[in-house]
Amino acid sequence: MSKIERQGLTRRALLARVVSTGALAVTGVGFIAAPDAAWALEVTTITEHQMATLLQMARDIYPHDKVGDQFYAVAVKGYDAEDKKALVEEGVAALDAAAQAAGHADYVSMGWEEDRVKILQAMEDAPFFQTVRGGLVTGLYNQKEVWPIFGYEGESFSKGGYIERGFNDINWL
Amino acid sequence: MVAKFELTDDSVVVVIGTGAGGGVLSNELAQKGVKVVALEAGGRYLPEDYINDEWESFGQLAWTDPRTTSGDWRVAKDFSGLPAWIVKAVGGTTTHWAGASIRFQEHEWKALTSYGPVDGANLLDWPIDAAEMAPWYEKAEAKLGVTRTGDRAGLPGNNNFKVFEKGARALGYKEVHTGRMAINSADYDDRMACQQTGFCFQGCKWGAKWSAAYTDIPRGEATGNLEVRDHAHVARILHDDSGKVTGVEYFDKDGNLQMQKARIVCVAGNSFESPRLLLNSASSMFPNGLANSSDQVGRNYMRHTTGSVYAVFDKPVRMWRGTTMAGIVQDEARHDPSRGFVGGYELETLSLGLPFMAAFLNPGGWGRSFTTALDSYETMAGMWIVGEDMPQATNRVTLSDVKDQWGLPVANVNFSDHPNDIAMRNHAYKQGQAIYEAVGATRTFPTPPYPSTHNLGTNRMSEKPEDGVVNKWGQTHDIANLFVSDGSQFTTGAAENPTLTIVALAIRQADHIASEMAAGSI
Ligand SMILES: Cc1cc2nc3c(=O)[nH]c(=O)nc-3n(C[C@H](O)[C@H](O)[C@H](O)COP(=O)(O)OP(=O)(O)OC[C@H]3O[C@@H](n4cnc5c(N)ncnc54)[C@H](O)[C@@H]3O)c2cc1C
Ligand code: SF4
Repeated sequence: MSKIERQGLTRRALLARVVSTGALAVTGVGFIAAPDAAWALEVTTITEHQMATLLQMARDIYPHDKVGDQFYAVAVKGYDAEDKKALVEEGVAALDAAAQAAGHADYVSMGWEEDRVKILQAMEDAPFFQTVRGGLVTGLYNQKEVWPIFGYEGESFSKGGYIERGFNDINWL
Repeated sequence: MVAKFELTDDSVVVVIGTGAGGGVLSNELAQKGVKVVALEAGGRYLPEDYINDEWESFGQLAWTDPRTTSGDWRVAKDFSGLPAWIVKAVGGTTTHWAGASIRFQEHEWKALTSYGPVDGANLLDWPIDAAEMAPWYEKAEAKLGVTRTGDRAGLPGNNNFKVFEKGARALGYKEVHTGRMAINSADYDDRMACQQTGFCFQGCKWGAKWSAAYTDIPRGEATGNLEVRDHAHVARILHDDSGKVTGVEYFDKDGNLQMQKARIVCVAGNSFESPRLLLNSASSMFPNGLANSSDQVGRNYMRHTTGSVYAVFDKPVRMWRGTTMAGIVQDEARHDPSRGFVGGYELETLSLGLPFMAAFLNPGGWGRSFTTALDSYETMAGMWIVGEDMPQATNRVTLSDVKDQWGLPVANVNFSDHPNDIAMRNHAYKQGQAIYEAVGATRTFPTPPYPSTHNLGTNRMSEKPEDGVVNKWGQTHDIANLFVSDGSQFTTGAAENPTLTIVALAIRQADHIASEMAAGSI
């Protein structure tokens, strides 16, 4: 339910949608949000379009169908910063240009992951791609909240280890 | 009781680094009544400080001062500033280590004789052998409480081991067990039994795994003969006109340069920092660095032929539960050139948490092929390959143009695989994948080597002064009161995890130094 709608992620479209559902108060800063308003991400330095593109790009680099957008949003929210602005502007422009060359309006409005991935592959060695991908390795997978989705149990000392909690409980061998 | 020695006290032995080599040496000397000042670049952390969280723990303990890399190894591309995953803390990398503790095989002490000359490799026999080392190994095993040695029982097998064992037996492997581990299977030596928490790499919060940080270091201090100064980064070893070393310069906690006098200096900073320190100590008398008349300081860097194999199954394994590395197949450790390479390798169970798995499964990898692997994290099993790699003169530590926070040139680590290393790794990948396929793996991953955890050989031991840096006692060929006491002494790497051998050599070296001091010969 928390999937961002790909089209119309402009400030106006979002405002309109949120206002119509009345779920989120908006105070004049930019943001992107889940259509069901389950979460929202404020942007102050880069544009909503740029943030939405980053979010889509993050999903395309490390697609996990069971991991909600909010976790990807947390992983890329650091790009909404003065010292990242130029990198993001240039990178998103490059993605959009490639999308347009392939006959689409922009990167986020490309319907198939496969098509977007082709664009990413072509820019795989560029600093923008490498920075975003590298940042995601910890930005996404080091969020304690995503671990349970993968079954990973994290810290175990406080629970007394696994000596009585299934360190050898495999039953299918 | 903790000793405090004057900077001007020139009767002390200065030990640089407090890990497997330096930590043990310091305690062993102190037990014999020798006064020791141990200087450690890192801080002090004890079990209550360790963190069950991979990245946080890495931030707490790992050596993250700059280093540079070159050569065609993949680590230079994926982790260019992090050639090794080792620790900067009192106790050194024995906080991180997994505890696998196995002796060299007899033929491995004589690699050149056993394998014959290998093109492009700089093989050499150790000036010591299995018979010489047997009593020291026994002492080391007792110190570390190694399971399956003495009368110590093995550890119970966890889920990851059970999958590994079943597959290995299906392939006909015979030497398969839960390893000889420096992890208590029952309470031993004031340390409790393993609680199967599964964060062995992050520092054992129960103290079930041996680490110098909470055994040798405090015990040495309790004698009143050992002073450990933490946050003390040694910059240079000093010498007099006769060419004997006289002390060291180090940066203290507050960043002030101090000078500690010494009767003897023992270098144990692990295989990047030890040669770096010798090279950074160059003087007009020793323009190529201390103890470097052979030009071997920094050369023959070895890191074991490694790699991992992960596999996913259609049902849960939960490999992260329990001891990280308590599982081994030893059948491939033999020397059998019919496999297409000299030397052998061990296969050992291994598990990484999700955060490290994401970083190390296929560094740089992305897209569905990568993420569907992680999606199966819960059904994954894993093993690590550790095999003998070939010493090569051009695989070496040199001084880089980059400087650290103290303005000292950092280590550049140049490494390229030898064809023998590649042949061995490919063989091991194939066997590892076959093990898992034999128990129904639906997908297997031959995973590239991580930043080096085993770092060896950069001040190697040799019979003849022209072939290496130190003699059979770890004493430098060039300077009688300068010793090397860590894994950098290794002449060759053998197939086994190195720490038991580092510890055995340190116990033996302490014995030698103490008796030479008593005899007044150093
Ligand atoms: C994750 C992991 C798992 C491992 N598992 C195993 C295993 O199962 N079995 C095994 O046998 N081995 C294992 N190892 C390897 C083992 O930890 C090392 O072989 C061993 O600790 C090396 O001992 P050392 O004395 O050479 O160096 P270290 O233990 O690294 O100690 C060197 C110390 O010197 C200090 N130092 C360096 N330079 C200076 C300086 N200039 N001034 C002052 N201090 C300095 C460092 O801060 C460090 O504390 C593992 C390593 C890692 C990282
Ligand atoms: S699994 Fe055992 S040895 Fe490893 S950290 Fe836990 S208690 Fe310590």
